[in-house]
Amino acid sequence: MNKGLSHIRSARWKVSWIFIAIALACLPFADLSINTYDPMSELGRLFSGLLSPSLFNIENPLHALLQTVAFAMLGVSAGCISGFVLAQLFHFRLVRILCALVRAVHELFWALIFLQIFGLHPLTGLLAIGLPYAATFAKVYAEILEEGDRRAYDNIRHSAGLTSSFFYARLPDLWQHFITYTSYRLECGLRSSAVLGFVGLPTLGYYLSTAFYEGLYSEVWALLILFYLLIAGIKYWVRPKLLPLYLVASPFIIANDSSISFDNVIRFFTHDIIPLPIRRGEDLNGLWHWFSELFMNEALPGIVNSLLLTQLALILTGFIALIWFPLISKLFFARFARSAGHLFLVVMRSTPEYILAFILLTLWGPSMLPAIIALALHNGAIIAHLMGRYSDALPIRQDAAKGFNRYFYEVVPRIYGQFLAFLFYRWEIILRETAILGILGIATLGFYIDSAIQDIRLDRAMMLITITALLNVCIDTLSRYLRSSMRLSMSAQVNAS
Amino acid sequence: MKTKINRITQFFCLSILAISFSTQVYSAPKTLVFSAIPDQDQSQLIKRFGKVADYLTQQLGIPVKYVPVKSYSAAITSFRNNQIQLAWFGGLSGVRARLLVPGSEAIAQGKEDTEFVTYFIAHHSTGLKESAAFPADIAGKTFTFGSKGSTSGRLMPEFYIREYLKKSPDDTFSRVGFSGNHSRTIALVQTGAYQVGATNYKVWEKEMQDGKIDGSKVSVIWKTPAYPDYQWSIRGDVDKEWGEGFKARVQQALLDMKDPALLEAFPRSSFIKASNNDYQPILDTAKEIGLID
Repeated sequence: MNKGLSHIRSARWKVSWIFIAIALACLPFADLSINTYDPMSELGRLFSGLLSPSLFNIENPLHALLQTVAFAMLGVSAGCISGFVLAQLFHFRLVRILCALVRAVHELFWALIFLQIFGLHPLTGLLAIGLPYAATFAKVYAEILEEGDRRAYDNIRHSAGLTSSFFYARLPDLWQHFITYTSYRLECGLRSSAVLGFVGLPTLGYYLSTAFYEGLYSEVWALLILFYLLIAGIKYWVRPKLLPLYLVASPFIIANDSSISFDNVIRFFTHDIIPLPIRRGEDLNGLWHWFSELFMNEALPGIVNSLLLTQLALILTGFIALIWFPLISKLFFARFARSAGHLFLVVMRSTPEYILAFILLTLWGPSMLPAIIALALHNGAIIAHLMGRYSDALPIRQDAAKGFNRYFYEVVPRIYGQFLAFLFYRWEIILRETAILGILGIATLGFYIDSAIQDIRLDRAMMLITITALLNVCIDTLSRYLRSSMRLSMSAQVNAS
Repeated sequence: MKTKINRITQFFCLSILAISFSTQVYSAPKTLVFSAIPDQDQSQLIKRFGKVADYLTQQLGIPVKYVPVKSYSAAITSFRNNQIQLAWFGGLSGVRARLLVPGSEAIAQGKEDTEFVTYFIAHHSTGLKESAAFPADIAGKTFTFGSKGSTSGRLMPEFYIREYLKKSPDDTFSRVGFSGNHSRTIALVQTGAYQVGATNYKVWEKEMQDGKIDGSKVSVIWKTPAYPDYQWSIRGDVDKEWGEGFKARVQQALLDMKDPALLEAFPRSSFIKASNNDYQPILDTAKEIGLID
């Protein structure tokens, strides 16, 4: 027993050190400079904006708020329902692969794709949230079903039909798990919905990006505060009884008078995304030339930058999470200090990394540094939150050490496995997020995807998006392999989140 | 349990009903919808172009609506998808849009747009001064364009960089960025986030007038030769929708726009006739530097 334990620990330590070594090896290749001459004056303006938040210059803040909620509500419920159906089919390999690919593409990219097909029609935003959420729901719901207790179901299965046994013997048992996870995703949906404004949906992000671009910091803060209130108040305004009302009202809120033309949809699939050499009737040679040029000039540098950024951000995320989790842990702080810690972590994790990167980019100028810090702050806060809650459940002996000794010799060693599980789980998410930071001008894959879309070269954009998705699937598989080989359980993730 | 499931089915059906109903209601009137590329001052878009929509409604006798878009490519896509029928495009976005929509035409341009100019601007710390010759010293500095799809902020400056330095921007500068729009380019060079940038001269002049530019921090170092830029483009099938001669009426309404309060939205002194041929040089340039296949 003893021998086995020390063996497992050493594997964890080895993996940790390998990842730290990789990050150190990445350092010389990453561009970490600060490029602004007087970041302090911009910082000053940013914080003076905090003292005088104002919605005066925003043309219609209430409208934006309603749109944010409506898109999130409809997108998440569409995703939840289709994900639930897909979860029943999750034992088919094809379904699993399709879901993994759909999940691997960030909702901002889905929005850019649907913007090409449906233009300004509300379906663009709806599908951009609904589709990737459906794939995520499918996976998590399938996991919940798998881990659930099957005994009742097996008992009545002979005497009852498939549907009724499912609804009477499985669902009631797992209902609470579904609800917990779904409401967590609703919070994510609100974040996504807000961020989609950055590419043109009429949500809070639309005005937020404008305010950022023009340095209107009073408006920036007013919008951010509005957003924090929306998220923090979820438990007050999202009530089961009110949900039908929201869902019925939402379509009216997001409706606009643009129409969908079926020709556009067909044209997108049969013309726009077909590689140019094929459209021009060139031979395979031409196609190979097109692909290799795209791969060498855009995909490869994009992949390198995305991975550099991911590995650096991952390590920093880990350190931040380890430093921050005691802030909300009963083992370290008294009640009052913990509430302050909670507030801090809520703000850090509900600010979308895209917005954090945007702020830091304004302050420090363009380099990888703002992106790394933004990713690490956001993801670090999420993991710190999960670890803090996990550590609360840790039984501690009466005579256990206090303070630093408790932290280093008692708590961290005991929750280190869980910490690695959380961190590796975020690995793929961080990679996906690096891609979207490309839209802000950091030369990850997303930068090249955005450029292709701005040039209306959808064939290139689709090829790059596919490459991005495959890269994400690879990292996801690697992370799953590492987690299972180190026997790190993820079950706490679902419960805790 | 059962009531819960019932309730879920219930409000799911209701929302589907609501979705179909809401699109029904909204698709009834035939409104001419127009948009404009978000090249500057984005927070004021609706204020700026709402007035233009009112003017066109009054002149054309049909409802005209302005919808804001977030990017140049969104403007082009909406035009292509017939979600907007009329657009205030830049040179490059107009050429791209008209290539995608056969039969569409450039019908009017600002008086200033026949001879548009890009300003290269630099942060004072670079020590660069205004010159008549292309400032070859910008090589090795950090540089920002405007939007990736902009004529004055991307196409023309890139063309002249390649022309004079015989190298791509990536090889010329230590760092190349895309600020997103012209106002932002000016702001970024002013704070020194980038040492050099290229911006639309009309936006520079307007911001100068509004007192947003600190002359001790940022100044113009070079002006490009003149080229054709912004224009109003309209889809070819509008006559079919709103009757014979509609395109000509829209063109006339634009040319008749004399109220300075309206013209300030662009900002232009007046509009004159334009045609697709006026933009051949832009198309050639875009092909030459590989922005259009």
